[in-house]
Amino acid sequence: MSEQLIQQFINGLLIGCVYALIAIGLTLIWGVMNIVNFAHGDFLMLSMYISFWSYTLWGIDPVLAIPICAVLLFALGLLVYKFAVSKVMNGPMLAQVVVTFGVSIFIANAAVLVWTPDFRLIDKPLLAGTWNFGSVQVSIPKLVASAGSVLVTGALLLFLNRTRTGKAILATEMNRDSALLMGVNTDRVNALSFGIGAGLVGVAGAFLSMYYYIYPQVGGMFGTISFCIVALGGFGSISGAFIAGLLVGLVQTLGGYFFDPAYKYAIVFGLYLVIVWIRPQGLRGW
Amino acid sequence: MAKRARFVVAAAVVTLLLVLPLLLPGPVPLHIMIMTFNFALLGVGWNIMGGYAGMFSFGQAAFFGIGAYASSWLLTAHGVNPWLGLLVGGVLAAVTAAAIGWPCSKLRGHYFAIASIAFAEIVRIHFNNWKLVGAAEGLTIPMAEPGLLNFQFHGSKAPYYYIALAFLAVGLMVSRWVATSRAGFYFRAIKESHELAMVLGISFVRYRMLATMLAAFLSAAAGTFYAQYILYLDPESVIILPISVQVVLVSMLGGAGTIFGPVVGAAILVPISEITRVELGHRGTGVDMMVYGALIWLISVYQPRGVWGFLSSLGRRKAPAPTAAPAPEARP
Repeated sequence: MSEQLIQQFINGLLIGCVYALIAIGLTLIWGVMNIVNFAHGDFLMLSMYISFWSYTLWGIDPVLAIPICAVLLFALGLLVYKFAVSKVMNGPMLAQVVVTFGVSIFIANAAVLVWTPDFRLIDKPLLAGTWNFGSVQVSIPKLVASAGSVLVTGALLLFLNRTRTGKAILATEMNRDSALLMGVNTDRVNALSFGIGAGLVGVAGAFLSMYYYIYPQVGGMFGTISFCIVALGGFGSISGAFIAGLLVGLVQTLGGYFFDPAYKYAIVFGLYLVIVWIRPQGLRGW
Repeated sequence: MAKRARFVVAAAVVTLLLVLPLLLPGPVPLHIMIMTFNFALLGVGWNIMGGYAGMFSFGQAAFFGIGAYASSWLLTAHGVNPWLGLLVGGVLAAVTAAAIGWPCSKLRGHYFAIASIAFAEIVRIHFNNWKLVGAAEGLTIPMAEPGLLNFQFHGSKAPYYYIALAFLAVGLMVSRWVATSRAGFYFRAIKESHELAMVLGISFVRYRMLATMLAAFLSAAAGTFYAQYILYLDPESVIILPISVQVVLVSMLGGAGTIFGPVVGAAILVPISEITRVELGHRGTGVDMMVYGALIWLISVYQPRGVWGFLSSLGRRKAPAPTAAPAPEARP
């Protein structure tokens, strides 16, 4: 009984770290330009497919595909920013909300067209198997994915706080006009943040492809959950998104364990509604 | 003069709509018109809360589903007449909207949008697991004696056409009332600035909830209509994000915050999505939805204020000329 509980707790933390990485990409985009990228889940799906095809066509293991996914998704982020998001930056808010929905529907169905709706799985990744501690099992690919997510988050924080470009992003996030007056090219910062946000979800997709089913709609639930995580943590707050990611991972697995696995996502959304009711600005928002 | 011209145009449009079922060839165009009216009704409902009161809900499918399920379940389990079921579903949706709207009343902008998605997802997951209403298998409405009383017609789609049109007319009357009433002005004040509205003594929680409840009632009515029209429903065909998104798009394309905007939007968007589905979607290739996604993208970029807003701004720009001309004559 208690060992099962520990098992669920570990599973929750493991998926929570990956959630956090997905959500951090989203929160960076939100923080800098006040836009929710509703195509975020579909970016994740594309990255998983990139990893899958690198493996299937060229035998590149998902671990080695991480940089490929990151770079390609960074480029995709720049494209989506240039051709969709930047066009509505000065438009009405409703257009800002809706435009990425259009991109999302387009990408998800392009994937159906090109790759069919079949479920796929990378059959023999380099990292596989489990470590056993008594009856508690830790899946190695999940552990690597989680550790990797934490590392990437750390690297992002270092980049933002220690480099000139990173500081320009943070400055734009704090106050766009002041940043502009200080000589920051805020348009470039927008594009860069969108690219980095997409790149981060690209890394998360490569991690997930090591053990998760890959299909065109896979981004849907991950996307919706990451919106909740971002709002839960406070839009734009990276530390908030990380904490909220872990929290959501734990609530999902423990909620599924104590109540009904069919309701595990409903419990997450319910928790989200309760928290924003008490704290509308999110855990670490202001 | 302008008023009379408007009356003539309105009378012509109404007459055309009334005789249209006699002119349309075959059931498919009629089906497209019926779906257009139904989405227009959903859009009119959304427009009250989104367009006037500024709450961008992406969860209207939840109320659509609640309305559809309420009347269908009452009918299949207890033999309750669907017209009564429609009222029950509407009230139930409005009560649900109040229950969820109150905690969400502090949320704005994206926070509200995401909360509405989360709420609709909970409703969807719940209906997928709720044995009482058939869980994932859904409900099939038994065939009954066709007629207005039973809300079922088997031979022709024309009766559904007129009912959908009547529903839309009622929805437009509600919307018109909202646009011209005191409550409507409060809605718009709240949309412009919460703080300012509060300083003026407007209880924004109360008025935001009123808008949410009106929208929920209209969405539920559309849901009951849909269930009686299709005679089958399951969670994955009524309570899904794509429906919620289409409701928003219909309003946005036509022009959010105008009475006829959602109708114009539905008249453009629904035929396009129905026709692309028939023409391009037959092998489940996703091409129809790609076209649809690209369309949303283009609308947001090139026509974000909506077609109706664009047309009426044209009208307004032309309007000053005739009124300015007589003025000098009046002086001497």
